[in-house]
Amino acid sequence: MSATITAPRHPGPAKDLRVARRLGQRRHRTNFVVEALCVVATLVGLFFLASILLTLLWLGFGGLSLSVFTRITLPPGSHGGLLNAIVGSLIQTALGTLIGTPIGLLVGTYLAEYSRGSALGDAVRFVSDVLLSAPSILIGLFIYVLVVRPSGGFSGIAGCIALAVIVIPIVVRTTEDMLRLIPVSLREAAMALGAPRWKMILFVCYRAARDGIVTGILLAVARIAGETAPLLFTSLGNLNWSVSLGKPMASLPVTIYQYAGSAFADWVQLAWVAALLITVGVLAINIAARTLLRGRH
Amino acid sequence: MSTTERELKARLEIMGGLGAEDEAGLNPARMSLRNLDFFYGATQALKGINLDFPDRQVTGLIGPSGCGKSTLLRVLNRMYDLYPGQRATGEVLMDGENIIAPDVDLNDLRSRVGMVFQKPTPFPMSIYDNIAFGVKLHERLGKSAMDERVEWSLTRAALWGEVKDRLSASAMGLSGGQQQRLCIARTIAVRPEVILLDEPTSALDPISTLKVEELMDELKQDFTIAIVTHNLQQAARCADQVAFFYLGELIEVGTAARMFTAPKVQRTQEYITGRFG
Repeated sequence: MSATITAPRHPGPAKDLRVARRLGQRRHRTNFVVEALCVVATLVGLFFLASILLTLLWLGFGGLSLSVFTRITLPPGSHGGLLNAIVGSLIQTALGTLIGTPIGLLVGTYLAEYSRGSALGDAVRFVSDVLLSAPSILIGLFIYVLVVRPSGGFSGIAGCIALAVIVIPIVVRTTEDMLRLIPVSLREAAMALGAPRWKMILFVCYRAARDGIVTGILLAVARIAGETAPLLFTSLGNLNWSVSLGKPMASLPVTIYQYAGSAFADWVQLAWVAALLITVGVLAINIAARTLLRGRH
Repeated sequence: MSTTERELKARLEIMGGLGAEDEAGLNPARMSLRNLDFFYGATQALKGINLDFPDRQVTGLIGPSGCGKSTLLRVLNRMYDLYPGQRATGEVLMDGENIIAPDVDLNDLRSRVGMVFQKPTPFPMSIYDNIAFGVKLHERLGKSAMDERVEWSLTRAALWGEVKDRLSASAMGLSGGQQQRLCIARTIAVRPEVILLDEPTSALDPISTLKVEELMDELKQDFTIAIVTHNLQQAARCADQVAFFYLGELIEVGTAARMFTAPKVQRTQEYITGRFG
């Protein structure tokens, strides 16, 4: 018994290899053009980034010295440092994060876990998204009207609150997104053991979403560390040493704003140093966030 | 009325309803469904189901996709309650109590009726904590009592030997088969009366499947088991009682031996001989 092999039958005319080759060449050409465009676009982006970083390093590094970290801002010509601005920035960034994060976490949790299909949930999500892209100077003005004026003056705490308002929508969005990524099967598994909903969220969902949520918080920290506008109307800036939350407080971004435009060479120099410090700090936080996110996946 | 009295009464009631000769070898019912209907919104997924789950034996639920067998399983621990729009009517009796009544404490019910899912669902924590999580929900145990419980449940799930040296390692690092046995251990650690298995081996390799099947044989000494499976050989190997579902209706139920050798309904026969489904 012999088996015969017959060619498979297809509808339509026989395949033309020349047409196939032409189509293949066209695909390769299109691929080359698009790839080239992508590379050019990337290079343009990288050029500006590199140029900013190099300028910062070039001009900022020259002014770096121990006195930057040990002396406070002083009048022109008296070899001042940035100590009060550095400490002020650390305090306001830390407190802003501490105030904003729990609120953002709770709202994000509400949106992801409890608001399903409710009008309130949709409204909160919409408002939070608007806040996310609101110009930060508006937030400064808002806190000025709400806190600074009633309390009788600029204060560090008003700056913290303004920064917290920026933190909230960032944390809300990442928390909601990360919680929504958790598979239904994991939630059902926790509920099937007899866990009440809050324990499922606290011990299973938060743990599964931890890296993503922490990344969101770190990105929020990076964002507020460089904010100037919300601080101009709230903590104002302070050329003297002060860590009192009830008084105006210095910060790096506001110091840059004040010094960079001044006519004194040593002040301009210090502004570059301050810019370098913020950039390096934000870069470090971003790298930490990305490493954390990549670590597990 | 004490628990035992209530239990006895419930069992007697149920036993009165049995008595067909092909139910020989089946224990009295631990759970009984009476006229159970189930709805996803306006769509009816289960129609007038009457079924007993014999105590400390395995009931296999079989039928083509979409016939309602998984839905039925999710009624037994009220999993459907998580989703608005899903509702069940009728009675699911356990120890004489209707567990689909609105006033039933769901967390308590789920500690009595455990569930293992199709895909392994280890929590993102250590092997030890995976077991302890469920136990802590219902009991306050000291460190040594908890250690004992973890060892007991992992041993019962035939996993202790493989993990005893790395209890504090993440459960995510286990193989798929080990993860599924961990989920079984986690379920029995809560010491339920009934265990629901929703296609527990469909995501596992043949060796792991075999282990889980052997496990079922071992577990039914202590637990009443209901298993949904698409694998008819599995149902034949593991189940004492088999129930065949089609389009939301219970077509036929009987001992596994009888169902696979002498099905009474035409459709059952067609399904188990592979003519449809």
